[in-house]
Amino acid sequence: MDSDTQILLTVVGSILVIASVAGFILAKSAKTEGAKKTIANMNARTRSWWVMASVFGSMLLLGSTFTTVLFAMISFLAMREFITLNKTDRADHEVLFWAFFIILPLNYLLVGMRWYGLFTILIPVYAFIFIPFRRVLTGETKNFLISTSKIQWALLVCVYSVSHIPMLLTLPLKDYAGENAKLLFFFVFTAQLSDVMQYVWGKTCGKRPVAPHVSPNKTLEGTVGGIGTTVAISTCLWWATPFNLWQAALMALLICLAGFFGGLVMSAIKRDLGAKDWGASIAGHGGFMDRIDSLCFAAPLFFHVCRFFFGTGADAPPPEWVLRFLGR
Amino acid sequence: MLPSRVLAAATRLFTGVRRLSASPHGEGPAIYYANHTSHLDTLVIWSALPAEQRVLTSPAAAEDYWSTSALRRYVANEIFKAVLIPREAIKRDNNPLDRLSACLEGGRSILIFPEGTRRTDGDVGPFKSGLYHLARRFPHLPLVPVYLDNLARVLPKGTLLPVPIIVQAHFCAPIHFDEKESKQAFLDRAREAMLNH
Repeated sequence: MDSDTQILLTVVGSILVIASVAGFILAKSAKTEGAKKTIANMNARTRSWWVMASVFGSMLLLGSTFTTVLFAMISFLAMREFITLNKTDRADHEVLFWAFFIILPLNYLLVGMRWYGLFTILIPVYAFIFIPFRRVLTGETKNFLISTSKIQWALLVCVYSVSHIPMLLTLPLKDYAGENAKLLFFFVFTAQLSDVMQYVWGKTCGKRPVAPHVSPNKTLEGTVGGIGTTVAISTCLWWATPFNLWQAALMALLICLAGFFGGLVMSAIKRDLGAKDWGASIAGHGGFMDRIDSLCFAAPLFFHVCRFFFGTGADAPPPEWVLRFLGR
Repeated sequence: MLPSRVLAAATRLFTGVRRLSASPHGEGPAIYYANHTSHLDTLVIWSALPAEQRVLTSPAAAEDYWSTSALRRYVANEIFKAVLIPREAIKRDNNPLDRLSACLEGGRSILIFPEGTRRTDGDVGPFKSGLYHLARRFPHLPLVPVYLDNLARVLPKGTLLPVPIIVQAHFCAPIHFDEKESKQAFLDRAREAMLNH
């Protein structure tokens, strides 16, 4: 572990210590039933954050293979929540088997092989075409477009988008070789801190709802305060990234805005399905999907903006054995 | 013991079913009855029970399937401690009710599927009379309705490929036998208790 990573992990640890101490004090001083409930939920969230931050921290230390496997598991758990709530038909069964057990592992295998070219098109091109092809074999026409779209969305949002996070480790950036783990940290830290800060600002001084029909808990004060605070904190981490100060601020803003809209989009889908949470796996937070909804849309955006403005332009080539097989 | 615990934990991991923190009916044996939509139904209910109840529960299983190979016999007898019941050629000496009664008399719980067969349309079908006859033979035992949700999406009839959809096993409040009630009234009440999970 280099000294930069040590500092970054210390930052996370300190924030969690502050949150835990604050939660302890607030729990003691809470008077009304409503306040007690809010504090209890906040403390449950903090406890879950300790677990998630520990897993995330060990991931940075254990390297790219572990990171890839971990995000493959997150994708699996998120997609199962997405498909469980989005009722599918009997005719979708075999397609779903392909999605969970063939396409998802293949996608992460390509991340592990650092095969950028095929990774980029596996789900948007090959899986996109394969899913309606396989479904049409069942001969069932009822809900055809709805069903295939649900599964295509599930793969795009839960697998393809999320896998851009471990893919950050393979991105060749100018003057940044071997340091990509810190870029991954910057992304996940900013997106998650933005969620936390919007929650804190919203709970303390949120008044005007910003999207009352889609996500009644989101307020203008929470959103502006949360994003502002997060951009300020994340910008201070510019030294660990390939960005200079103002570039870091813009990138943090991009992550926050994409995260905000990603969260709204996933909320809209939840409301349409009549659910409040995607699941109940993480105490205080809901399901895995509730925790990563803001990452889903921000990850590919962040990846490609980094690649466009800061990349060396040299994408990792296909693995050697593939080139040998093709006779190149 | 160990294979059972591993199997129950693996089932909970794959299907996302939650283990109950306490027995749904207090101490002692009970008759669990559930809706039947998938081959995984027995496994899921069995895995959702607290360990103390699980080791005391024998699911009913089809003899013609579970007695045909050494592996199936091992799974049925050693892991599930199942009551094997014949589906065809029922005679006086192999009456399934007698075998289930013998199990209950031995102080164990049983798990049965009163619809008699797996449904494919997502509805709960009419109950066959076996549940009534058992309840009449053991009027003091609690009858625990279990409603299974989403199981048909994990492993529907006609496929061997499971899909990791999250399932739920709702253990409802126990009902009891009432000797003044007619057979049909009892079966309707038992079915309602399961549907009002």
